[in-house]
Amino acid sequence: MRAALFVTCVNDALYPRTGIAVVRLLERLGVAVDFPAAQSCCGQPQYNTGYRYEAEPLVRRTAAAFAGHPYVVTPSGSCAAMIRAHYPRIGLKAEREGRGAELADAARSLAPRVYELTEFLVDVLGVTDVGAYFPHTVTYHPSCHGLRGLGLGDRPRRLLAAVKGLDLVDLPGAQECCGFGGTFAVKNPDVSTAMGTDKTAAATGTGAEVLCASDNSCLSHLDGLLRRSGAPLRTLHLAEILAATEEEPLP
Amino acid sequence: MTGFRGATGAPGTTGTPGTTGTHLGMPAFPEAAREAVRDGVLRANLRHATHTIRDKRARAVAELADWDRLRAAGKAVKDHTLRHLDRYLLQLEAAVTAAGGTVHWAVDADEANRIVTELVRATGEREVVKVKSMATQEIGLNEALEAAGITAYETDLAELIVQLGHDRPSHILVPAIHRNRSEIRDLFRAEMGRWGRPAPDPLGDDPRELAEAARLHLREKFLRAKVAVSGANFMVAETGTIVVLESEGNGRMCLTLPETLISVVGIEKVVPTFRDLEIFLQTLPRSSTAERMNPYTTMWTGTTDGDGPSAFHLVLLDNGRTDTLADETGRQALRCIRCSACLNVCPVYERAGGHAYGSVYPGPIGAVLSPQLRGTASEIDASLPYASTLCGACYDVCPVAIDIPDILVHLRERVAQGGPATRDGIRVRIRPARRHTAERAAVRASRLLLDRPGALRAGERLLARARRLAPRRLPGPGRAWTDTRELPLLPAESFRDWWTRERGTSQ
Repeated sequence: MRAALFVTCVNDALYPRTGIAVVRLLERLGVAVDFPAAQSCCGQPQYNTGYRYEAEPLVRRTAAAFAGHPYVVTPSGSCAAMIRAHYPRIGLKAEREGRGAELADAARSLAPRVYELTEFLVDVLGVTDVGAYFPHTVTYHPSCHGLRGLGLGDRPRRLLAAVKGLDLVDLPGAQECCGFGGTFAVKNPDVSTAMGTDKTAAATGTGAEVLCASDNSCLSHLDGLLRRSGAPLRTLHLAEILAATEEEPLP
Repeated sequence: MTGFRGATGAPGTTGTPGTTGTHLGMPAFPEAAREAVRDGVLRANLRHATHTIRDKRARAVAELADWDRLRAAGKAVKDHTLRHLDRYLLQLEAAVTAAGGTVHWAVDADEANRIVTELVRATGEREVVKVKSMATQEIGLNEALEAAGITAYETDLAELIVQLGHDRPSHILVPAIHRNRSEIRDLFRAEMGRWGRPAPDPLGDDPRELAEAARLHLREKFLRAKVAVSGANFMVAETGTIVVLESEGNGRMCLTLPETLISVVGIEKVVPTFRDLEIFLQTLPRSSTAERMNPYTTMWTGTTDGDGPSAFHLVLLDNGRTDTLADETGRQALRCIRCSACLNVCPVYERAGGHAYGSVYPGPIGAVLSPQLRGTASEIDASLPYASTLCGACYDVCPVAIDIPDILVHLRERVAQGGPATRDGIRVRIRPARRHTAERAAVRASRLLLDRPGALRAGERLLARARRLAPRRLPGPGRAWTDTRELPLLPAESFRDWWTRERGTSQ
């Protein structure tokens, strides 16, 4: 099987280790990985902040970059939800505003081919035990767009629970937003910080060593708060935990 | 609390305290929220109250096996009604008139206030009792009546607390959610005597004692009042029936004892048939108070000799609703049945409190209703679409499936880059907000970078080279991040470069 990796702009520029982990993980599971270099940002930051016109070229670029790939895998529930839920809407609006049907077709074509990493592992590859080894106590924060936007359900937790040596502890108030929210984090810094502080306090209270999530954007906010406060908890993307094995532990 | 209209005074002296409709000069949401975020007592009060009710709601909803179908049915009925609103409103008018009531049409707040004021004046009375009306708060009726020398007494317990406290409501269902019981006891002691029967002495802060004090204070007013003003949860087009759901029974007192009843209701509250109530009488109580059925459901149809008010007036309020209806994405906000479930699950509301939203409609639904009913010209209204992380919890709990995050993004677009809208029935093109100029330039620049992978790669390399500089505090808008959070540690190499180094080429 072949799959194209949509690494996302945040992971490309700030969290390359997550992208590398996805490549290692998928290859270990027998999937050949393509990385179309024409990919860039999915356009979510622009779209969600109110700049739909500025997002359109990025929708077009993303759709073109992955044209012809039956499986597009991304380690971000948020970007997957953007493509699946909002690309068709953006395309439809462009079409109605008389800017051609081509964007709408491209958006509609890409949407069903995009899989968030845990969906791809559980639904397409049919695995929950990916042969990972990570001997640490971990608590999991289900980011909102994965949880409610994509309906990932217990897929991430099932994958984590199958990791050898891993002790998974419940995060109180797990389903509550961490307060990142893209530009919300800088447009409403006080509320954002209050939400994030409650989230990191809940995570620290579990006694876990690692706070794990499937979106590095949420983790950048939570990690920023944790490091500023000097808390001993570290943050990790789910892909990095799943990529770790006894032979090749986390670098 | 400065900058708000009509929030001071006692009856007959300097003004009617309480619930104001407009919030002129209100600061933008982030500034308004700052104070609440730092108020530990308020945050604790809100957290406790919202978490308790959200858990109870979840249990009440889980009891019904057909919740999803009820939700879909409620959405369908509301959408159908809104699509044929003109027809159903005329049918409602005919039915109310045939039953002995009088219907008045109010295009905006001023007209509605004028109509109600004249109706009260015509009775010769100088005071009215009020219950259950967000619509009258929306239009600032109490202030308008006060200007005409008429005193309005709020009779819903929470509204009474808000009124006695010269305060503003901060929640749709629990307007005094931001107050704890010792604050309420102090208010009762200090203020009740200025408005009527004083609080019993001594008065403790036991909820039962407080409720009894309110009961005695209010009973005096119910028995004296000749005119009542109410809102409504629903209006039935085929029968002309008006419906109020409540918990305390104070509403029923208002609706049955006075001689004249004036109901001020938004035009979106109409449903076609009596049977349609079957859906909402299940979904509204479970969503709002987590009850299977609310304790009091009062329905009245016109007037009946020897039973209830002998005069009934229905004031149908537009005040921006027809304009909202004209917007394809935004119109779904008019489905709202004011249950407040979205407030109780909203993590932003929980921290910011209701006052920060600058409207009688706070929380997620307020963030989409206010900028539509009032337009996006003021600072507060332009900031409301951004008062959300788009986490989607509000959409999940909404009993009529309003996609609040989708409307928020739609309204952000209106603020950031302008677009078509309808104001006062005229199709206009909203111009992009001026204060977004710098942001717009930044978004455009970032798009140029992101739309050229070569430029993006160069930018990433530049970033990697700058990693040793790693500032702890950023200037400008970045400060909002670095005031409380560390920046992500910059990697030595982007994923793109790693891929090329490891795998050579990409396809």
